[in-house]
Amino acid sequence: MGEVGWAGLAASLALVAVAVAISAWRGLGLERTMAWAAARALVQLMAVGLALGLVIEPGQPIAYSVLWLVAMVAFAADVARRRAPEVPGVFPLAALAFAAAGAVTLGVVFGLGILPLEGRTLVPVGGLMIGNAMNATVLAGRRIVEGMRDGRDEVEARLALGMPATRAARPQLRGALRTALIPQIETTKAVGIVFLPGAMTGLILAGVDPVAAVKVQAVIMYLVLASTAVTTAVVAAGLTRRLFTPDHRLVRLVRPAE
Amino acid sequence: MPPAAGDALFSLEGVRVTGPAGERVLDGLSAEVPAAGVTVVAGPSGAGKTTLLRLCNRLEAPDAGVVRFRGDDVAGLDPLALRRRVGMVFQRPTPFGGTVRDNLRVADPAADDRACRGVLARAGLPPAFLDRDASTLSGGEAQRMCLARALMAGPEALLMDEPTASLDPAATAGLERLARDLAASGIPVVWVTHDLAQVRRIADRVLVLIGGRRADEAAARAFLEGRGG
Repeated sequence: MGEVGWAGLAASLALVAVAVAISAWRGLGLERTMAWAAARALVQLMAVGLALGLVIEPGQPIAYSVLWLVAMVAFAADVARRRAPEVPGVFPLAALAFAAAGAVTLGVVFGLGILPLEGRTLVPVGGLMIGNAMNATVLAGRRIVEGMRDGRDEVEARLALGMPATRAARPQLRGALRTALIPQIETTKAVGIVFLPGAMTGLILAGVDPVAAVKVQAVIMYLVLASTAVTTAVVAAGLTRRLFTPDHRLVRLVRPAE
Repeated sequence: MPPAAGDALFSLEGVRVTGPAGERVLDGLSAEVPAAGVTVVAGPSGAGKTTLLRLCNRLEAPDAGVVRFRGDDVAGLDPLALRRRVGMVFQRPTPFGGTVRDNLRVADPAADDRACRGVLARAGLPPAFLDRDASTLSGGEAQRMCLARALMAGPEALLMDEPTASLDPAATAGLERLARDLAASGIPVVWVTHDLAQVRRIADRVLVLIGGRRADEAAARAFLEGRGG
């Protein structure tokens, strides 16, 4: 088993020292920031690890795990709001998108019995799904708003021909959604060849048979792909309602400050 | 002879529109556009001309006041039906993807080639243009195609928002002639411009806006004579 001891963890700080030394050598002035980031990450991970231990311990009610995921959804929606301030109503939209993606992907993974439903599986799989859904929400939201803002003339020209908002927005939406989904598809294609994803690396390090690790990883990749697709679809539908008034006018969109 | 109030194509009563920074784009504007000929909305830039036009097909809605189309408050009309009755040509040509035929069919998916050739002719373009890639048209040709596309919906009136702003003098003259012809054929045109020479060439009637309001007679005359505004 590839378990890391406390001494090993302390020894790995040598790697942080290497990074800090490079910063000092090249005069980057990032030494303090690096040390702070490394310490902060360790404290955060420890805190989460301890809390997670309590939540997913066998015998704990599954409700604790569900509550954990609900808190994660709220936290991720808040991150999305801060990262995409130009997207109107992004907080409730993001929360709705995560809930929809969760219902679909976790429904398949646990409903079909692909993984057993327990805290030990629900929390990490749910967390992974929410993390990816968050990135997809920010990317899709920003691309859609950008597409409508830069394509305003074209969208309004279609509206002026008597087209309903959903149809007038369709070419811009389509472009934005493709842009948001393609990176995920590319990542899915490159997996195993270009890089070994984190989950698989962790499992193999922990001594799991590589083929078993691959099966888990494949499930996770498909889950991420589905959650990205569901999220972007919800964001597209929700944003179309926010970007147009009920009488089919495109709302004013401001360019975010640089 | 000026048409009676009830015959107005558009009438605005106390219309106020506030801009993104809280500024008054239109500041209690009351005006009428008659149901015939070419009505030019003129004024310096920032006077609210384009906003006035966009209120007429409800691409914008007023914060206060009423906009009427043939006597009906446009707020109570189906905006999609209103926009098919009131066509619009924008300042910059807005060709969609595909051929000229594809563009015309956005306005009327059921249109056959005969109908397409018909609107092209009314916009002064030869039938061979149907198969042209819309993105390869010159500015003047693209703007004519946009006019043809607007005509495809069978509008009762046309809004033209500085449609010659990006065109050369020959293309400008061509589009001005088309607007005059359309007005003569019974489709009233509302044309926005800040070009005083253009006002003199095409206007049956002029509405001068200054600072979001209708200019009084003296200010309007001063603007049209190029002294101020």
